[in-house]
Amino acid sequence: METLNYLNDGHGLASWLLTKDHKRIAILYLISITGFFAIGGFFAMLVRLELLTPAGDLLSAETYNKVFTMHGVVMVFFFLIPSIPAVLGNFMVPIMIGAKDLAFPRINLLSWYIYILGGLFTLTAALSGGVDTGWTFYTPYSTAAANSHVITAALGIFITGFSSILTGLNFIVTIHRMRAPGMTWFRLPLFIWAHYATSLIMILGTPVVAITILMVAAERALHLGIFDPALGGDPVLFQHLFWFYSHPAVYIMILPAMGVVSEIIQAFSRKNIFGYSFIAFSSLAIAVIGFLVWGHHLFVAGQSVYAGMLFSILSFVVAIPSAIKVFNWTATIYKGSVSFDSPMLYAAGFIGLFTIGGLTGLFLAAMGLDIHVHDTYFVVAHFHYIMVGGAIMGYLGGLHYWWPKITGRLYSEPWARVAAVIVFIGFNLTFFPQFVAGYLGMPRRYHAYPPEFQVLNVLSSAGASILAVGYLIPFTYFAYSLFKGEKADNDPWGARGLEWEIPSPPPTENFTVSPIVTEGTHQYVHPSQEAKLA
Amino acid sequence: MLKGHAEHFPGSIHQPPLASNVDAIQPGVHIEHPHHPKLQHHFDDMGQQAEASTLGMWVFLVTEIMFFGGLFMAYLLYRWQSPAAFQEASAHLSIGWGGFNTAVLIFSSLTMALAVRAAQTSESSRTQVGWILITMFLGVVFLGVKAIEYTEKFRDHIVPGPYFDATKWEHPAGVEMFYSLYFCMTGLHALHMIIGLGIMTWLAIMASKRTFNAEYYTPVEVAGLYWHFVDIVWIFLFPLLYLIGRHYHHG
Repeated sequence: METLNYLNDGHGLASWLLTKDHKRIAILYLISITGFFAIGGFFAMLVRLELLTPAGDLLSAETYNKVFTMHGVVMVFFFLIPSIPAVLGNFMVPIMIGAKDLAFPRINLLSWYIYILGGLFTLTAALSGGVDTGWTFYTPYSTAAANSHVITAALGIFITGFSSILTGLNFIVTIHRMRAPGMTWFRLPLFIWAHYATSLIMILGTPVVAITILMVAAERALHLGIFDPALGGDPVLFQHLFWFYSHPAVYIMILPAMGVVSEIIQAFSRKNIFGYSFIAFSSLAIAVIGFLVWGHHLFVAGQSVYAGMLFSILSFVVAIPSAIKVFNWTATIYKGSVSFDSPMLYAAGFIGLFTIGGLTGLFLAAMGLDIHVHDTYFVVAHFHYIMVGGAIMGYLGGLHYWWPKITGRLYSEPWARVAAVIVFIGFNLTFFPQFVAGYLGMPRRYHAYPPEFQVLNVLSSAGASILAVGYLIPFTYFAYSLFKGEKADNDPWGARGLEWEIPSPPPTENFTVSPIVTEGTHQYVHPSQEAKLA
Repeated sequence: MLKGHAEHFPGSIHQPPLASNVDAIQPGVHIEHPHHPKLQHHFDDMGQQAEASTLGMWVFLVTEIMFFGGLFMAYLLYRWQSPAAFQEASAHLSIGWGGFNTAVLIFSSLTMALAVRAAQTSESSRTQVGWILITMFLGVVFLGVKAIEYTEKFRDHIVPGPYFDATKWEHPAGVEMFYSLYFCMTGLHALHMIIGLGIMTWLAIMASKRTFNAEYYTPVEVAGLYWHFVDIVWIFLFPLLYLIGRHYHHG
């Protein structure tokens, strides 16, 4: 007999599209985000195909501009930013704090519809001719010169921003007000701390980019001159406002991934985290300091040197809390009883790739070196190490870790390990050559390049095809597991924690009895102690 | 087993033994104390629900501050770059209308506060609806005045864009920038007022159905927070837009 759970409690399309259950909304997000990931990946493939040869032969310069713009817009705003928070966070935040749902279930559903509406605007822009401004929408090109569907795409991003704001708002209120009795702040799983910090950025940063994008649209539509130098406006103001959000947006992508990694590292080292409060507070520190570093995107935009120096120093400072996490994860693994199941492979990949991405970020935070590599493939490689090597590795790790809980089914672990290794190899082959090409001077955002860069670009395109295979394999075995996967018990990893104490998949109300929490999560016991306790 | 687990490894859920607990055997079926019809299923009690709603509104207002913040930043920059033009442009705005509207909004904040109080103290639905309607009326008056002011700007070709009349200004570029910001900021503010009126229409209908009383008045309180916020934005907009450099001219 099948027990009642959130998946079989109500059937039919309406029971999904009108659901207020955070778990079902997470599934809606999972499906739509996967769709956008495929679209963004398609554009990435076009970019890599064009760059196989030095000549701009596959795509015209104009089409190429539109292709990399759509790749950036879709991946940043419709995949990376919502990925972990809206899927894994939505599913796990209430469960991990012992609540029945997020504080505002209807607003949660609304945020998904807003996301879809924004996505439709952006897809309309893509299908009706595309946008060629780059995902950054720099003025005055976007307001005065660009001859493409800027307003439609801008409105898509504006609208989607509100889904992000509502998700952040929901998390903050939920974490403040919905914790189960005994779930004190310092008993919270680190995944929750990471989401709290992420939510702060979502609610403080997103409105700023929303109003900025709105001003761009208004400027185009009504011929205002806020960013137009011909009318007395200042295009650099746009860059300041844009990066005030869009730099912290990188932390929206990476902080939740760090939260996932903190959980996985503990579960697969069978050790409690080393330095819990350091990891917790470093999330907050990243959120706060992350708001003070945006000027490192403007070193060559005519910003004063003194402002540049401050932003440079602050950008170095924000690396400290990230480094604290990396050291603490490593110390957690040290002398743990480590098992390399697929989530752990992704987490380990995350630590390595994020470290490379973070350290090369310091290159870019140094004012002198930044002038050399600004707008080159070095920058492209750097942020892909953070976003793909970091955020997507974290997302995939989390998806593998919680898949048995979400679906109640086990996927093929051998295939999962193979895929994790392929993703790691494909990723490095794609993006490491870009560091070299960039350092040698290959600029980003051109469809043609001098022949001496071809070897590096062929390596990169070859890596991209391997990476694509690495992403398709999990898609296949996840889909397969839904129908043929072995049933998962409550805690297939032996991970412990609130989410692992309830059935897989969880019942509609999460907890049939309201939990009373007596100590922090996990609380692994050393094997030598286990015998005494039993 | 579960019990033993809870004793040894903390962690986690401390549950009573399964057999003695009906809830655990029949998921979804609850034994609960009779509760308020407005209590949503995922909250423990009305207090938690009210606290969540008000905190949610406060957090939302923080995002609103950041939303307007982008425009205030642009205002700051351009006023710093062209102070004379901003003074010239500001002098053209009517202090009379602006001052009147400021008074109207402050008064509407008072009536909104009285509407919240009426709900809190379980006054008759007549009184509650009355205060809400007066607040709405004041909001409409504000928007009406705004419409008059906007009309004048269109008539005089002060609206930025292709129809802007640059000939009658000493610093036309800066003046046009001022009015770009003026329309963006007051327009966004007016949009918030209109949304507020929509919310209050719903509140008035709910209040007329005797929904609100001392036990349940969160929607009125939360809408009140929003309305006060919109007022406060105007309290900043009025001096920044209408009163630049006035003390130089009129003492």
